[in-house]
Amino acid sequence: MEAVDLVVIGGGPAGMAAALEAEKNGVERILILERAKTLGGILEQCIHTGFGLHYFGEELSGPEYADRFIVLVEQNPHIEVKLGAMALEVIPGENRHRVFAVNQAEGLLELDCKAVILAMGCRERPRGALNIPGTRPAGILSAGTAQKYVNLEGYLPGREVVILGSGDIGLITARRMTMEGARVKLVCELMPYSSGLTRNIVQCLEDFNIPLRLSCTVVGIHGRERLEAVTVANVDENFRPIPGTEETIPCDLLLFSVGLIPENELSRAAGIAMDHVTAGAVVDELRQTGIPGIFACGNVLHVHDMVDFVTLESQLAGAGAAAYIRGTHDPAPEYLPTRGGNGVRYVVPQRVNRRQPQPLKLYFRVGEVYKNASVRLRCGETTLLQKKRPRLAPGEMEDLLLKPEQLAALPEGAELTIEVVEREGKDQIF
Amino acid sequence: MSGRADTFWQQRRISTTTRELTCVACPMGCGLRVELDENNRVLSVAGNACKRGDAYARAECTKPLRSFTSTMRVEGGEAPLVSVKSAEPVPKAKLFDCVKAGNACAAKAPVAIGDVLLANAAGTGVDLIATNRVAKKREAIAV
Repeated sequence: MEAVDLVVIGGGPAGMAAALEAEKNGVERILILERAKTLGGILEQCIHTGFGLHYFGEELSGPEYADRFIVLVEQNPHIEVKLGAMALEVIPGENRHRVFAVNQAEGLLELDCKAVILAMGCRERPRGALNIPGTRPAGILSAGTAQKYVNLEGYLPGREVVILGSGDIGLITARRMTMEGARVKLVCELMPYSSGLTRNIVQCLEDFNIPLRLSCTVVGIHGRERLEAVTVANVDENFRPIPGTEETIPCDLLLFSVGLIPENELSRAAGIAMDHVTAGAVVDELRQTGIPGIFACGNVLHVHDMVDFVTLESQLAGAGAAAYIRGTHDPAPEYLPTRGGNGVRYVVPQRVNRRQPQPLKLYFRVGEVYKNASVRLRCGETTLLQKKRPRLAPGEMEDLLLKPEQLAALPEGAELTIEVVEREGKDQIF
Repeated sequence: MSGRADTFWQQRRISTTTRELTCVACPMGCGLRVELDENNRVLSVAGNACKRGDAYARAECTKPLRSFTSTMRVEGGEAPLVSVKSAEPVPKAKLFDCVKAGNACAAKAPVAIGDVLLANAAGTGVDLIATNRVAKKREAIAV
């Protein structure tokens, strides 16, 4: 058994930022377990630019963003990295936790540690989760898998492509495959709006004359060995296919870009309380889960749209884990729950320590598109903050900043609610 | 009387076209209407909520640029490919030429971030630079 202070599970942007921040806050023996052969996580295959504008103030590609952290991790004498190492189990203990992992060189690893940071990221929702009828031929992939084939391995997995789902990964893969010679015949989206950024709709689809069909889904898959065609149909407001709108499109590749799911098998097995909306752990403002000494950050906690926010969140977890390890954390936190009210699907963190001394950012996501609305943070009937938002969309994470003195002034047992206010009273002149 | 006639004839002489765009300067996504004359000069921009929308519309109609990213083959590397980007945005019409130019060459490992892998890609005057590192392939270990 190997003893360390902190085990970080996952060497993507979340794990690296958390490890570096923990080290900066005085933790001396840190181990990162990474399943892949390189650090960087999903950023390695995200070769497009648009990363880092918020955190670094410049526009970087995914590998460049990752490398800024990889360099720091590799140089750091207090951080050890095990590549090709798969974490198998986290067993929480009273004061110390155990992590089992396996790698090719050492076999089974038993690690004893004071704290664990969960940074396993997320996975794409697969075909099986959608119940699409039809055969099971080759040529059906998630958009991220196609992105990996094209960008990391140099294979074009199809020439005539239909994509279901208009999230950013699907849009970016559509552009990339088009540039490499494939023909993307259609992107269909179940919802009446795209969850992708406007920028990506314009620069990934419109630039290449790729049609986007809204309120539309795949209702049939054809082909025995290899995909030959898909049937798409429009859907009604209850997402049921409308008979008579079916269209069969010959293609040899069907890609799914239909959502991301935090990869929380380890967390669930460890008995960590989960939030069923985020599909991640319930955490406090330091991203500590319900089990003291176990933290979670990045896409394993809730799916982010910007890696810059993953970095910032993971630094909170890293600092929190460092405080826990060094015993400088608040021994008697007074937690207040947060929750999403009208129009708000979830709030992270799900609970906040009333006694915590820092300005506190509450992150949240809305359930539909709003124009000229505002967002309000209230405790009971008392409005603590209200901010105008010209546009709110499910694909864009929002935040509100709460001052520590505002938080400290709240009564014990109070609940913080964030909600969308669709029209403010003062606008109603007549 | 004559003033009205002048305006009339001025309008007749200029055959305008209208382009509809979606602004990508921020997530608002304003719908823009751009009026262009026959020489593709911008006459007016409407629908934008801020100055950035006006600038975007003018650039998009006269000289549309895109940041370009792709991959290039690597010889003798730990990975078969390295990701690349154009050092500056390239004309939108040159995107496919840039992909072809990048695919026609191969980098030699080791590759470092920022290495110029192809100078003046497809005659754009813009270099393709590596955005990832690729180590030299280690010698196979005899078992």
